[in-house]
Amino acid sequence: MELLDNLALGFSTALLVQNVLYCFVGVLLGTAVGVLPGIGPTATVAMLLPITFNFEPVTALIMLAGIYYGAQYGGSTTAILINLPGESSAAVTALDGHEMARQGRAGAALAAAAIGSFIAGTVATVALAVAAPPLARVALQFGAADYFSLVLLGLIVSIALARGSALKALAMIALGVLLGTVGQDIYTGTPRFVFDQRELYGGIDFVSVAVGMFGVAEILRNLENEQTRTAVVSKVKNLWPTREDRRRIVGPILRGTGLGAALGVLPGGGHVLASFTSYAVEKRISKRQQEFGRGAIEGVAGPESANNAAAQTSFIPLLTLGLPAHPVMALMVGAFIVHGITPGPNVITDEPALFWGLIASMWIGNVLLVLLNLPLIGVWVRMLRIPYQVLFPMIILFAAIGTYSLGFNAYDVYAIVFFGILGYVLIKCGCEPAPLLLGFVLGPLLEENLRRALIISRGDASVFLTRPISAVLLALAVAALVVAALPTIRKRREIMFAEEE
Amino acid sequence: MRTTSRYRAAARMIAAIGVVSLVAACSGSGGAPGGGATGGAATGGYPDQNITFVVPFSAGGPTDTVTRMIAEPMAAKLGGKIVVQNVEGAGGTVGAGEVARAEPDGYTVLMHHIGMSTAPALYQNLGYKPLESFEMVGLVTEVPMTIVARKDFEPATLQDLVTYVKANANKVTLANAGIGAASHLCGLLFQTAAGVKLQEVPYEGTGPALTDLVGGQVDFMCDQTTNTSGQISAGEVKAYAVTTPERVKSLPDLPTTTEAGLPKLQVSVWHGLYVPKGTPQEVVQKLTEALKVALADQKVIDQMAKLGTAPVPAEDATPQAHRAKLEEQLGTWAKVIADAGVKAS
Repeated sequence: MELLDNLALGFSTALLVQNVLYCFVGVLLGTAVGVLPGIGPTATVAMLLPITFNFEPVTALIMLAGIYYGAQYGGSTTAILINLPGESSAAVTALDGHEMARQGRAGAALAAAAIGSFIAGTVATVALAVAAPPLARVALQFGAADYFSLVLLGLIVSIALARGSALKALAMIALGVLLGTVGQDIYTGTPRFVFDQRELYGGIDFVSVAVGMFGVAEILRNLENEQTRTAVVSKVKNLWPTREDRRRIVGPILRGTGLGAALGVLPGGGHVLASFTSYAVEKRISKRQQEFGRGAIEGVAGPESANNAAAQTSFIPLLTLGLPAHPVMALMVGAFIVHGITPGPNVITDEPALFWGLIASMWIGNVLLVLLNLPLIGVWVRMLRIPYQVLFPMIILFAAIGTYSLGFNAYDVYAIVFFGILGYVLIKCGCEPAPLLLGFVLGPLLEENLRRALIISRGDASVFLTRPISAVLLALAVAALVVAALPTIRKRREIMFAEEE
Repeated sequence: MRTTSRYRAAARMIAAIGVVSLVAACSGSGGAPGGGATGGAATGGYPDQNITFVVPFSAGGPTDTVTRMIAEPMAAKLGGKIVVQNVEGAGGTVGAGEVARAEPDGYTVLMHHIGMSTAPALYQNLGYKPLESFEMVGLVTEVPMTIVARKDFEPATLQDLVTYVKANANKVTLANAGIGAASHLCGLLFQTAAGVKLQEVPYEGTGPALTDLVGGQVDFMCDQTTNTSGQISAGEVKAYAVTTPERVKSLPDLPTTTEAGLPKLQVSVWHGLYVPKGTPQEVVQKLTEALKVALADQKVIDQMAKLGTAPVPAEDATPQAHRAKLEEQLGTWAKVIADAGVKAS
């Protein structure tokens, strides 16, 4: 068995003392930056890159990779505890995760996230080992038109994220899309909605929007009256998932893993869709739809698994083709080059110890993360006991430091104030922040790929139907719309018939 | 009582997180050794505090990597500490503007690339003038660029490519990494040199553009060796030429544009160090000396070689050579960009 030989080589490399040590350092740092709002893996990897110049190449890459997937793990913690997501995927986790924390079930939510992430990480690592090169070839078949259709499908499916008024949800998505257009248009260079502020040319950072809309708005809402404030603090029920919880998360974890692993391979933004889509799927097929948004453990387990699986499989284009799917991957390309390895299809044959060692280290890293995170749950949950008047200034302080460190841009800090107030006003109007974030993340992807597809086809819109991948995805989108509309149509017809009789 | 001690434990934990976050936020200083106050009054006192190197692009990009490479030996020579800060946005004009407005005391230094010479043509109301708002410290490196195509693209040589794109101008797509990016500029220069107008397909960064090129979704592009040499040696893309007067060591078989018959296509991503106008001459001199020492450092040479580039010769790491290069480039790009009718704001 060639695969077994390769894995043996991989584990013999990854289990070297210094490699395990730096794998641990990586996932520990990753967890830390994931927990802290704002300071993302990209900045951390960039800062540590020069330090790794003196390492063995495989050790350096193991540590840098550990930071990346460690951060995916840690990102859910603050989202669940204090409604402060640091990444788009964690924003989905915050929906039900933080509700669970408010009900005193923070421990169960954190455990579900950790267990789901571990299973997803393991499965995705196996997928990497078994099928990385062919998967990468498939991913390369995706062109702009196909990505457009994929994002459209994701957007239609994810409308399930909203609860309550459909009109308000649509308004929020539209507002999110508009906010997503701020900045310099990548096709023409024209600045949009920047009001002559050069600092806005790069657009509004997702972290600022999420931290403001979720975290700061939540603080404002909590400060409103004494009662909600103490409600967050007082009751902490069982720390671990109950038997019922464990039964409920199996399906979501497996489905989330599959979905995330598949989407993560696509370099053009698949990993962004993973957690949104997983949440939507779980909500749609659940028998307890009314619980979603009110603390459904499926809404934590599914998206977290999807997110982690996608984080692992997004290494596939990088490792097999040398093509980065994500800013962190672009930094890893830099790390390869600095160590004298040219990233590309040759790595797998020229440097088998490095390729397989890195893959094996990912599984070891996932084990380390579980060992690191499960005992920490008790510590995190205890944090909720901190008096709120002490906790909330700290949250704001860290949020401000974190967002400033994104690009040393004061506008990122102003933005959390702006979005905090906006988020508060919207909550007061009964509008949900989640659809806004959905529009903010997917809107620009949709526009970018729509316009690129049309530029490449010279304005011929038929490409969306003549390209097979795109056509299939569009057909699925139509089907999703029909399925969503059917109950309403049927109901209306029944009323009509009732009136006729 | 119990709650108090718990609260203390949790508060300590939060404080610990705070320390980690501050360290993370400030560790941009990289591995620069803290030489401390070795300067003293005898050498004019510079530097007696941390020097900030502003990189107007994202952390981890080629410009950032080059900056961090030279920061360490420069700090050692100056006997101070250098902190690298990434001030991103608007094609590097945000960071450049910030340095232009900074105190001219030598503690705020800008690392900028070819974008310094293209910004006046691309952006209105820039807020600074490249030749008048800065003192030049010296050139650092010139990264060569390569013309590459999807591997099943018909033309076999650069000559063929020119003929082919002229005949199929309405079909061919030319990718780039965004308005004002080096790949965009090189693409404009190619169109000027070949005398043809092509459909450009902008991407957000080199990664996605290269992905679509390898996937065969677009026809060809021009990008830095840093980004393309892996794909070239693996045969995932077809390479036509390198845009510098000499061949690149890591790609010995690839002809130069001059050899391949398009001598007008000369472009490299040149980098230079700047300080705000009015910085004392002796401070600029010290920085220039430190730059020269860093560029002669064997470790820097080795690391740059891995990126497919090399330090500029010592005579170019001077304010005079830097100013001459900037003047020449400002003229070149003003014309190319105006002819192409590109505007970023």
